[in-house]
Formats: sequence, structure tokens, C-alpha cells
Amino acid sequence: MSLRKKPKLAVYKFASCDGCQLSLLDCEDEILAVAGAIEIANFPEASRAVTSGPYDLTLVEGSITTPHDAERIHAIRRSSKVLVSIGACATSGGIQALRNFKDVNEFVSVVYARPDYIETLNKSTPISDHVWVDFELRGCPISKAQLLEVVNAFLNNRKPNISKESVCMECKMRGTPCVMVANKDPCLGPVTQAGCGAICPAYNRGCYSCFGPVASPNAGSLSHWWESKLGVDKDKLVRSYRGFNAGAEAFRQESEIHERG
Amino acid sequence: MGEAISNYAKRILPSTDLDRLLEALQQKGYTLVGPTVRENAIVLEEIEGAEDLPVGWTETQEAGSYKLSRNGSEEYFDFASGPHSFKKYLFPPRLKLWQAKRHRAGFKVEQENDQAPSYAFIGVRSCDLCAIEIQDKVFMGDSYVDPVYKERREKAFILAVNCTKPGNLCFCSSMDTGPKAKSGYDLAVTEQLKESEHVFLIQAGSEKGHELLEALELADADEGAVEFENKQLEDAATSMGRFLDTHKLPSVLKNNFEHPRWEQIADRCLSCANCTLVCPTCFCHTVEDTTDLTGDVAERWRQWDSCFTGDFTYFAGGSARASTKSRYRQWLTHKLSTWTDQFGTFGCVGCGRCIAWCPVGIDLTEEAAAIRATDLVSD
Repeated sequence: MSLRKKPKLAVYKFASCDGCQLSLLDCEDEILAVAGAIEIANFPEASRAVTSGPYDLTLVEGSITTPHDAERIHAIRRSSKVLVSIGACATSGGIQALRNFKDVNEFVSVVYARPDYIETLNKSTPISDHVWVDFELRGCPISKAQLLEVVNAFLNNRKPNISKESVCMECKMRGTPCVMVANKDPCLGPVTQAGCGAICPAYNRGCYSCFGPVASPNAGSLSHWWESKLGVDKDKLVRSYRGFNAGAEAFRQESEIHERG
Repeated sequence: MGEAISNYAKRILPSTDLDRLLEALQQKGYTLVGPTVRENAIVLEEIEGAEDLPVGWTETQEAGSYKLSRNGSEEYFDFASGPHSFKKYLFPPRLKLWQAKRHRAGFKVEQENDQAPSYAFIGVRSCDLCAIEIQDKVFMGDSYVDPVYKERREKAFILAVNCTKPGNLCFCSSMDTGPKAKSGYDLAVTEQLKESEHVFLIQAGSEKGHELLEALELADADEGAVEFENKQLEDAATSMGRFLDTHKLPSVLKNNFEHPRWEQIADRCLSCANCTLVCPTCFCHTVEDTTDLTGDVAERWRQWDSCFTGDFTYFAGGSARASTKSRYRQWLTHKLSTWTDQFGTFGCVGCGRCIAWCPVGIDLTEEAAAIRATDLVSD
């Protein structure tokens, strides 16, 4: 065991379902090694004992949806040496970014008995729209192997081995025949960042893009193929790009093109 | 490619005796790898015997489309290339190269010494045989020999199948890589299904293959069977679904680096890397270093990479090939032009996999033809 001071870890939550931060607790086989290597200083889901900052590594889950949260994230940034946003909410605004395409006040007036109690922003936005983020870990939910890799890379002062390339590469490496080519199933894999291990194609389903767009997505070409060869209509195209990463710039643009007709 | 034609006698293996041959290979310690049906495609996997082969199955292929279907035939090899090639066994997608452990002030490297199995590749078409020959040059052709590839390659037994059923995306005739297996095999068969009989014409191509064949004590092939084989292969050579004009192709492509066609392909290309990963000759890979949480153990892994990724040419300041146009152009000109300078052959064997498995159906024969047709520097 190497001798070094344990770095302090903090985990914060914004608008999200908690699934991503729970991935850390879900690292059953590795959790003791994690706890041995890092001091869990501020992680309310794991422990009520909170040690004050600053923190060496901060994981932030969730998107910014309220004026209060838009303030809070700045305080968190100030107390964090390295800030990593985790999950689709934190990296692209999440499923709740569907509000970005509509009038949020209309939702509030329909859903809540006292709309005047609700203070919310028009848009759900990723953490990187508000503060500097050192690394974005994609996924809905994130992959626990990738989360461990990020923590591991941080501890060992190296770059995380996280691919920004397509899900197709994972399919090909595991030997899964392409579901779009062989089954005519629409699949977002070619424009989606790897990381899940190509789970859906391995179970004969098209990719839903839980991990958001690749570094240079050509969604226009993919949509054209879906429409012209797979018989996908405009409504389905819009819905496909409006999943967990609806707010990601490339997907937002592509869905709006098809919404306009 | 390879003009060597085997001098060993041709024999007749009744189709019902195919298992005798496969069992003989297993008894010699080989792990059989061959075509089998899985997930709506004919893939390459470890198989146990002839019953795992895709009897009664075939497929139709278009650009961006592969459709598996039953045809009720008794034939074992009535299909063209599928999504896999044998490179996944000789050049595994992901492999640990070594690990290092902290040791006093420094560290100690431990090589991976796992023995690779001896594979018998069943049903290797001539295109794939040529692809293996090409990868031999890449991985073992000069003084920098890849030990992983070399071990697997030298242990492998190759049972080739002369291709009598080229598909709609095949163009081995254009590349001079088929349909007949010319060299590089241990045994080659031609499947013959006639009204009254179903046999394999079988011929050894190496001493290893010859010994195995002798032990099976098969009858000599008669003149009729050999004539029928010639006709089958002549018919196959003229029924390719695709054509690529290779005349002066390397220089045509070199002269057209700024052709507007590259930009048009980039509008369609997803830069997803599928073409390179299904290609049986593409050999690019990356190495990745990992550590455990304590930093006491580090590992080095090798995995497939592709010239279509941004990371492939990433160095301080960004990617050398940032645009999709530059990536597609790099790939196609490497396959059909600069490969000839580097290795003395084309990097394409005409198997058609990149055409079928491109999610948006980009066809390299069509792209090369379009550039030739509007050659900016025609002479």
C-alpha cells in the first residue's frame, strides 16, 4: 500500500433520480477499496457524518432547474479542487430537459394546486452551463465501471480511459451483429458515445442513447437513413432524439429539424 | 494474390463424412471456429461439429443491409461473408499485454503468458485467406513481429472453402483474391450438391493438411467432379455483385485528394468506425494503461481502434484528422492506394463487409468509381 494522504470526496445532487450517485454504493466488490483509498467526506446517501470542505474530488449528479440550484452550484465549485459531473442530467440536462421545448409555466399551472409556490427555471441545463467542469461522465445511469475508472484515474493522477467514440465500436468488439443492418431496427448507436457496453444491441434492441452524442455526431445522415430505408416517421424521429439526452446540443438541433417537418 | 496451386491429389469427402474430418481436427487438439447462426446473422464462433454449421441458411446483402433467411438447402456453405472475420481470433479485440506491480522503489513487469488455443478455422473463403495473408505482412512481415498474432497464426489450421456462391456485395474477382483459394490453406474444399450426391471435393495445401487427409482414406476425385468444380468456380468468378476497376487506382486516388466527392461522402458518413472493425485487413489498435485504486498494480491493454475516431490522431493541440472528410479519405486511400506502397498489395480483398455493415450503406466501390469518373487530373 502506498503512503499518501487520503483525498476527500464529496457527492452532491441536483435535479435527478439519485441512480448515478448510488452507483458508487453499488460497487459492491470494490466499495471497500474505494473507502480505503479516499475519505468519503460529504456523501449524505452514504453517511450522515459530513466533513467540511474544501474537497479534492467532487461528483455532481443532476441538472440545474431552479434559481436556488443555479446559486448552489457555484458554492460547490468554489469548495472543489476537481469537479466531475456524472450522468445524463448533469451532463446534458436529463429527461427533464424535455421542458426546454415547451413553456414550463404551463406545466406548473396544470400540475400544481398552488403554482405560486413553485419557483423554477425555464430550462433544465447541465452543470457545465454554469461552472467549469473538469470531466463529464455520461450515461443514464452512469456505468459503475466507468465511475470507478474516473475515481481511479483521479487517485493515480492520470487521464481516465473513457472513450468518446460510438457504441458501434463496443458492438463490434463484443461481436454483436448490427441490429440496424441485420434487423432493420432503428438504433442510435452510431451517434452515441460508448460506455454501456452496447447492452441494448446485445439484447436485439436499438440503442436509446443513454450516453448522449459522440464527439462528432452526424445525426442528420442517420435520420435520413431511418426515414428513407427503415420507414421511421417524423414523430418517432423527434421522440428518439428526445430521450435522456434531449438537451444535448446535437440532439436538440436534430429533433427540432424534424419537429419543424 | 499468391499463385501457388497445390499439387496434392483431389479427393472426395461425402458430406455425411464432414464430421469425421472435424473430429480428426479436434483429436489433434484444435478448437474449431466456423460459421454458425446467431442473432440474425451467420457469425464466426467456436463450434462443436458439423451440426453447428448453418445448413439451410443463406442471406441477401445490400449496402447497409444483411438479411438472414432459410433456403432449405442441404448445403453447408451457401452464403457470403458475414459480420465477423477470422481476425477476431488472430488479432483479438481486447487483450492484456502485461501488468506491473510496485516493487520497492520501482516496479516489476509481468508478461502475460497465457497460451492461445490452436484454432482450426473452418470455411475460410479465398477473400479471407488473402486478408490473413495481408495481416501476416502487417504483424509478422518485418523485424517487428507481433508475438500475440504470430503464436495464434502459426498454431492455426485453415480449412478453406472455394467460394461458389459470391454475394451481391462481393468483388474478389476485381481484387484478384478469389473465388478460388490459391494458397495459404491446409485443406480446401469445394461443396458440390447434385441431384444424387452431396460431396466435398477436397485437396490438401500443406503437409499438415495432407497427413490429416490421408488418414481419412478417401476416394480420388473423378474427372467429372473436377470438371464440375472448374465450372462452379468459373460461374462464381463472373457472378460478383460488385466491381472495382483497379487499373491505376492508386494513382487516381492520389491525384484526387481535393476531389469534391470526399465532402459529399462526409455528409453521409457517421464516422462510427463500423467499416474498419468489420474489415478483415484493418489492423489499427490502441494501448491503454490502467491502474488499480491503490496505484500498486498497473496493466497495459491493447484494443481495436479505428482511423475514424478523433482520438486516433489526437496529440497536443487536437486531432490531426478532425473532419469526417479527412477520416474517410484516409481510410479509402489507405485501402486502395497507399497500402500498395506500404505492403505491395491492396488493403482490400473485395469481401464487401464494409458495404453491408455501414449503417448508412456507403459503398467503397461506388465512391472509388465516382472519383475515377470525374478524375480531376485525368491523363
